[in-house]
Amino acid sequence: MSLLERHLSAGQFTVTAEVAPPKGVDLAPVLAVAARLQGVTAVNVTDNQGANMRLCALVLAGELQRRGIEPILQVTCRDRNRVALQSDLLGAAALGIENLLILSGDHSKFGDHPDARPVFDLDSVQLLDVVAGLMQGIDMAGKPLAGVPRFFPGAAVNPSAEPFELVMQKVRKKAESGARFFQTQSVFTREELERLRQAVTPLGVPVLAGVLLVRSAKMARFLNANIPGMRVPDVLIARLEQAADPPAEGVAIARETVGWARELCQGVHLMTLGFEERIPEILAEINP
Amino acid sequence: MIISEAKPLAELQETLAPFGKLFLVGCAACATACKAGGEEEVFRFQEWLAGEGKETTGSVVIDEACHLMRAARDLRQHAAAVAAADALVVLACGSGVQSISANSDKRVVGALNSLFLGNVRRFGVYEEMCSLCGDCILNETAGICPVTNCAKGLLNGPCGGMQDGRCEIDSDLDCAWRLIYERLQRQQRPGVFARRVPPKHWSRRRKPGRHRIR
Repeated sequence: MSLLERHLSAGQFTVTAEVAPPKGVDLAPVLAVAARLQGVTAVNVTDNQGANMRLCALVLAGELQRRGIEPILQVTCRDRNRVALQSDLLGAAALGIENLLILSGDHSKFGDHPDARPVFDLDSVQLLDVVAGLMQGIDMAGKPLAGVPRFFPGAAVNPSAEPFELVMQKVRKKAESGARFFQTQSVFTREELERLRQAVTPLGVPVLAGVLLVRSAKMARFLNANIPGMRVPDVLIARLEQAADPPAEGVAIARETVGWARELCQGVHLMTLGFEERIPEILAEINP
Repeated sequence: MIISEAKPLAELQETLAPFGKLFLVGCAACATACKAGGEEEVFRFQEWLAGEGKETTGSVVIDEACHLMRAARDLRQHAAAVAAADALVVLACGSGVQSISANSDKRVVGALNSLFLGNVRRFGVYEEMCSLCGDCILNETAGICPVTNCAKGLLNGPCGGMQDGRCEIDSDLDCAWRLIYERLQRQQRPGVFARRVPPKHWSRRRKPGRHRIR
């Protein structure tokens, strides 16, 4: 059983972080970053995030696993059909990787290969069903597997998306399809986290609130303009703009979000985008 | 109908460079309706060719260029003009181009790009609503096709990129799943939200397709 599964099952407040495979073949820098992460149960490994081509997530996740750093392998439906997805999942299991985050994936249009043919042979709900099937020892064709993989699959939810009831229709399907945890896209207001908690509680699936370290007003505007599903509220942009030390203000904002998460959900998923050294500050209790 | 548009003239200039004499083929169906390959466009194309110093040996606008036998018949009726040409230029969709190439060993140059199976909003405004996937889910999705109208073709609800009910790839586009959800609500039925839709049978989108009505 993965550490992530154990911590979440025990109701422990759980912290995950995120690393991205390199554009290239040198894994040393990202492995060094991952090794320095503190207070983190497991580390998401992004899958060609933003549809930008990078080294494959499975290899980096495998290297982390080998070094005793627990990965959460992100698996998107954008670039692989059902054959390749199942094949990679079996490969992940063979490397001892259990934690999965099953995603649709940002559209190819956003990435550095916008002319690529988007695949989306499966969607995230269907892929969760496939994972459940593999864990029963059968593939999508109904054929038996030699050796049964063990996974701890999770899924994503965007807490700020509207109409929220429509978002929840799909979230419920993800839970039915075996999602054992949810990691959210970035949370910026307490209200959206409260709304999400209320909606997800009946499903009995733990939620890790997404916390993005926004280091400047400029970065916030860039995210709003370019990242699907991202919305940094104007009040936060104003705070960053007026701050004497914007990165420190960003850390303070992230710390507040972690505070709401401590009250309202089971953990946080930290997206620090290269500034992992600030994680201890973000996790510091506001009023210890 | 099949929506098509003219290829850039610069591209055609290059493709047609080796040929001096050309026979032109238009289509009286879709390509005429979207003003890409009807009588008028064939005539204007001939004028353009003349300006490029090329001779047009003849032309025909086939009733439906996608009709293999009709295309063969029309080419036969213009056999002399076809024989005199170095190449045939087809102002029709890719299906029409291949009706011609299936019936002649002459070089065939397609002058249009075929875009999609489109519904007509009004002249010049076409909307893609069906992808001919062979595995139709419309009865559950309130008559709105997610395979076509969702940028990712998702079958179980919107992706995480939906914002204010708009599509992640273009904020001017409504999220197909929002439209489906709202119409199902108006119809007071759960429709596609009542079940987890299993993976699509892409094998039904047989390529190359062959269909016989028995």
